[in-house]
Amino acid sequence: MTIVKKFLETIRRYPTAVISATIILALIAVAVYAVIAIPLPRAIYLWRGADQVWSDTPRNAQPAWTNLFRSKKLPETFVVRVDDVDGTVEQLGDAMWRETTLLTFDYKESAFPREMNVFFDVEFETREPQVTITWISPDGSERRLFRGNVRPGQRYAISQDKTLQRALGELPHVGLLADPETTGQEDVDPEVWKGEYALKVEALTFEEGSTVSGRLVVYGDVYGIAGTDHLRRDLAVGLLWGTPIALMFGLLATIGTTILGFVIAAFGTWFGGWVDQIIQRITEVNLMLPFLPILIMVGTFYSRSIWVMLAVIIALSIFTAALKAYRAMFMQVKNSPYIEAARAYGASNSRIIFRYLIPKIIPVLIPNFVIGIPQFVFLEASLSVLGLGDPTLPTWGKILTNAYQGGALYRGYYYWVLEPAILLMITGLSFSMLGFALDRVFNPRLRGI
Amino acid sequence: MAEQPARTPEETPEKTVTRGLSRTVGKFARYTAVRGIALLITVAIGVYISIWIANMGGYVDKIRKAQIAEAVGIQFRGPQFRDMTPSERRILMEEQKEREYKRLGLDKPFLGRSFSYLANALTLSLGRTERMTSDTGSRQVRAVLLERLPTTLVLFGTANLLTFFGSLFISLFLSRRYGSFLDRAAVALAPMSAAPPWFYGIFLILIFASIAGILPYGGMLDAPPPETTLGYALSVLKHMVLPLIAWMLGTLAIAVYARRTFFLIHSSEDYVELAKAKGLRSNTIERRYILRPTLPTIITQFALTLVFAWQGAIITETVFQWPGLGRLLWQAIGLFEVPVIIGSVVIFAYLLALSVFLLDILYAMIDPRVKLGAEGQS
Repeated sequence: MTIVKKFLETIRRYPTAVISATIILALIAVAVYAVIAIPLPRAIYLWRGADQVWSDTPRNAQPAWTNLFRSKKLPETFVVRVDDVDGTVEQLGDAMWRETTLLTFDYKESAFPREMNVFFDVEFETREPQVTITWISPDGSERRLFRGNVRPGQRYAISQDKTLQRALGELPHVGLLADPETTGQEDVDPEVWKGEYALKVEALTFEEGSTVSGRLVVYGDVYGIAGTDHLRRDLAVGLLWGTPIALMFGLLATIGTTILGFVIAAFGTWFGGWVDQIIQRITEVNLMLPFLPILIMVGTFYSRSIWVMLAVIIALSIFTAALKAYRAMFMQVKNSPYIEAARAYGASNSRIIFRYLIPKIIPVLIPNFVIGIPQFVFLEASLSVLGLGDPTLPTWGKILTNAYQGGALYRGYYYWVLEPAILLMITGLSFSMLGFALDRVFNPRLRGI
Repeated sequence: MAEQPARTPEETPEKTVTRGLSRTVGKFARYTAVRGIALLITVAIGVYISIWIANMGGYVDKIRKAQIAEAVGIQFRGPQFRDMTPSERRILMEEQKEREYKRLGLDKPFLGRSFSYLANALTLSLGRTERMTSDTGSRQVRAVLLERLPTTLVLFGTANLLTFFGSLFISLFLSRRYGSFLDRAAVALAPMSAAPPWFYGIFLILIFASIAGILPYGGMLDAPPPETTLGYALSVLKHMVLPLIAWMLGTLAIAVYARRTFFLIHSSEDYVELAKAKGLRSNTIERRYILRPTLPTIITQFALTLVFAWQGAIITETVFQWPGLGRLLWQAIGLFEVPVIIGSVVIFAYLLALSVFLLDILYAMIDPRVKLGAEGQS
């Protein structure tokens, strides 16, 4: 315990170590939260975006908080649901009911939305219900938008209704929300008519228990805390889940390469002879192999699974220059008197390697270990940039790549690039800073001022 | 090492000198030969492993056969084959497929072919590409690779040399001012290199191309390319600015940190302290007592810097759309273009082995501490 206490005392004298350790703990907390809040299958399902999971979010919307820095606020995205308001049901005949619901909302934004859609949720056995949708403006004037039979999963895209567009003289989502005085004129820009709007959904159902509900989605220019991408996916999900993946990838790869390399170097130096020779020759051959091209080949020809990539990365990163450095260190320790003493009292080989040889070098290992993590976190991102990221998982690298390939830089969707990039940067820098600080703690020969 | 023969009394001192010299030359020749052969074997094994990986142990053959079958199928869908009976057409298709398999050597088992690949690669007869062509239309692997070499060397040669000499001078400067504000700042900046150059590249494109609009997003030349040589050079230079800065941001900080540590260790040696005590000028101390003993390490790093510049950088080239060898290699992998992949790997392996070999010999000649003779006895 006193050792731990002493260590913490020492660490406290390095502010960068304290700051970076705090950031790392926060990242771990986020990672744990992500795994608990969104279980992995759910995360994969959401990120694949099938089954219209993301029908209620706009495309390429900026994060909502960016409005804080704008004088002219961008409209937010909101959904008006039937469940929010009470509907009335009246029986009209033997097998005919009329269900009327009002979707009311107060439009207070200063700009027009991007798009409006109505999604239906219908239940029936054989006979499809008939639905009529009427738009009610703040002054009470009504306009019929849609009448027809609806099936489950059907939607009415208000913004794509050409008849409505012709009647309004403007794009439907503009014309419906604009002051009528300003619409349909060439030289006047339409202005928002703020106030209480309503969407009346009248459904004629022909079966007992048949129900119709719907929701109106008004797509704005901003959404959520992280915005959305080109497939309407909420970036918050991807960024949140990217945290555990990045940490896991970095940690596992570093643990695998440093610990295996360390143990192998220890065995090689201890046993010497042909064991050492083989290890040395493998290292030399491995240095000739091109690291990234091999990873790309494995990804292209074989598998992109994150586990396969991890295994290949570890296999290629064990026999490197680092192993030679470890070997040099072990060589020095091997001849020290305490090892000789251990040998004299008859300690076994494995005892000497694991109890005497390796612990002696661990102070050198720990900083290297911490500095190595960001390297692998960024390697995952690099593979994603080359299109070799795991096909199912949301990762920071994949978001960054999507943004890059989706022309985020050309079209000004900077949030899309900056969010994953800054997270990568924070993770990389904090591990790296901690590593450099630990280096100074454990290797006081080069302690800075 | 051969045993020292006992010197016979009638030998004159001169004879001893010549014999000593010839023994040294003999030892040296043997050392060179052993080292050369060892490196050659290493290269061969490395290239052979790459051949297996590039073919996924023969799995790529299946992919290529399927691609050929599909292409032949499409070829025989044309109107000129409509009059044939299905069986006639099938025979023709089979023949065509066999011809194509034969052309690509797919009719022989992979194991046998892997050795002929190896022999061809090691003799640098890189052969012809399967699908890729150079911009001039050549199908020689050599032409395809050579065409991209200058663009890669212009960018990454400059970038690596800048990093190398930049870090050398900055770290020398810093080690002289150990503990000063600048020194501490450099140490604090070292974690910056945790992020790779392409990552900074995206930020730089965002700032200088998207927002400021003063530098190009990527590529190597303006469209249309300038007519004059000067205009051409200026255009290339303009496109090089962002990749170069990105490369510096990603590599310089750690290089400075490592060299600074290296120089600090060497400037705390006793002989340096003695030189200081003698009152020598700091310039002289730096040149004679710090730089000279560390020269072998610096030369090694310099040689490796040049070798690695050859490979280019796949991702940095991708992010900046730079038409270099890295991107070529990436495209080749995407097209299962094994000859180009192997060609690139073997040239890199040879360059690396050659520089290691030359450095070994150089050390054996200039550094008395490097022992000649049996290797691996460090």
